[in-house]
Amino acid sequence: MSVLIDKFDVFAGGFWLTLQICVLAAIGALILGAVVAVLRISPVPPLRALGTGYVNVFRNMPLTVVMFFAAFGLPALGSNADFLRIPGLDAIFNRLGTDLPYFRFALIALVLYTAAFVCEALRSGVNAVPAGQAEAARSLGLTFGQNLRYVVLPQSWKASVVPLGSVIIAMIKNSALVGFFGVVGDLSQTADQLTSAGGYAFIPVAIGISVGYLIMTVPLGALLDRIEKRQAVAR
Amino acid sequence: MTTGEPLIVLDGVNKWFGPLHVLDDVSLSVGRGEVVVVIGPSGSGKSTLCRAINRLEPINSGTITFDGAPLPAEGKALAKLRSEVGMVFQSFNLFAHKTILENVTLGPVKVRREKPAAARERGLALLDRVGIANQADKYPAQLSGGQQQRAAIARALAMQPKAMLFDEPTSALDPEMVGEVLEVMTSLARDGMTMVVVTHEMGFARHAANRVVFMADGQLVEEAPPTEFFANPRSERARDFLSKILTH
Repeated sequence: MSVLIDKFDVFAGGFWLTLQICVLAAIGALILGAVVAVLRISPVPPLRALGTGYVNVFRNMPLTVVMFFAAFGLPALGSNADFLRIPGLDAIFNRLGTDLPYFRFALIALVLYTAAFVCEALRSGVNAVPAGQAEAARSLGLTFGQNLRYVVLPQSWKASVVPLGSVIIAMIKNSALVGFFGVVGDLSQTADQLTSAGGYAFIPVAIGISVGYLIMTVPLGALLDRIEKRQAVAR
Repeated sequence: MTTGEPLIVLDGVNKWFGPLHVLDDVSLSVGRGEVVVVIGPSGSGKSTLCRAINRLEPINSGTITFDGAPLPAEGKALAKLRSEVGMVFQSFNLFAHKTILENVTLGPVKVRREKPAAARERGLALLDRVGIANQADKYPAQLSGGQQQRAAIARALAMQPKAMLFDEPTSALDPEMVGEVLEVMTSLARDGMTMVVVTHEMGFARHAANRVVFMADGQLVEEAPPTEFFANPRSERARDFLSKILTH
């Protein structure tokens, strides 16, 4: 078990990188997921079809395949995803700006995949708002956007927040895949480094890795439980 | 009462829910300032008729004209039309996350771009008119059904509509609260508001309506002034319906 102490810096570095990926992917997935959700509930049929198509593709494809497409497909198209080198943001998350594009590819795959689930969590919240609320808003002459903004979304987030949290927790665990697609040094890939290259026994290393993920997911789960309890009281 | 060209005109309107023909070639015109009460057995299409007028239910064929112009398709123009037609629902549908006053001012502020202070003042005056000014800062769930429905009427009136649609406004109320809502509606009718009211309240139909429309199986079976309709229904269906509801 001495590996946990001797190589603490490696674990900590892996933890930090995974945390960076997860924060960025969560932000990206929440934004993209919200956009897709608005498409899926929009009154314009082609937009609805676009949103539904997106969800059908990315919710039903294994994340590994999405990762393959990002890591091999984007370079084949001649893109290094340089648009993600957002000035300012790449100062905090320095891996965004490095020359090797794999961090950015992995991020894109994780965002695309998770956004489909975020969309559905948001939509289930919208569906939990009684239809009469939106009907009353429409009958007052509110436009689709105003209806969402002032009437439906403020009431839907309560029903969305718990499923959304589960989606983000799943995303954190899914991020363990990025190490297999060229991202060197994330939490799961440190296991590979320490066991194959460093010669450490697997089980203690795996325990260290698990602790790293649990530090991210358990508090998030506890936070969700608290929110859920508070809502139960309010009801 | 009725002056000039009618405000609402339905011409040959048809609507299907799947195989169910809910509106069967319905034609109806409602004059400015006229109060039309729509009655009939449940499932006769009267709610659908009411909801078709502001296109909450799109129709399959026929035309609906409001204030001289056909109903626009979904979009900005339809939103504008809806802002000119007040609607009151069976289940109130007050915005659950907003106070009563916020419910009443949301439309004027967001749709009409009125100044919040002015909208607030008028909102309070309307709440006073429907007798619930002291409930302005409460949330819908804190009010009784009758108070909620009166708030919903105030919310619709805040848009200064050209007509008001009532879709069974008292059907979800406890009996002792029906009166307070009907009273508000009666005073509106007296003030010359154009109203289409779907209801089972025959008392209201008798004393507040200019015309009673009887619907059955999606068809407009009979229309007549209330005194004539209740004393002398012409159709078998109407006689049958009235005998069922008026005997007890």
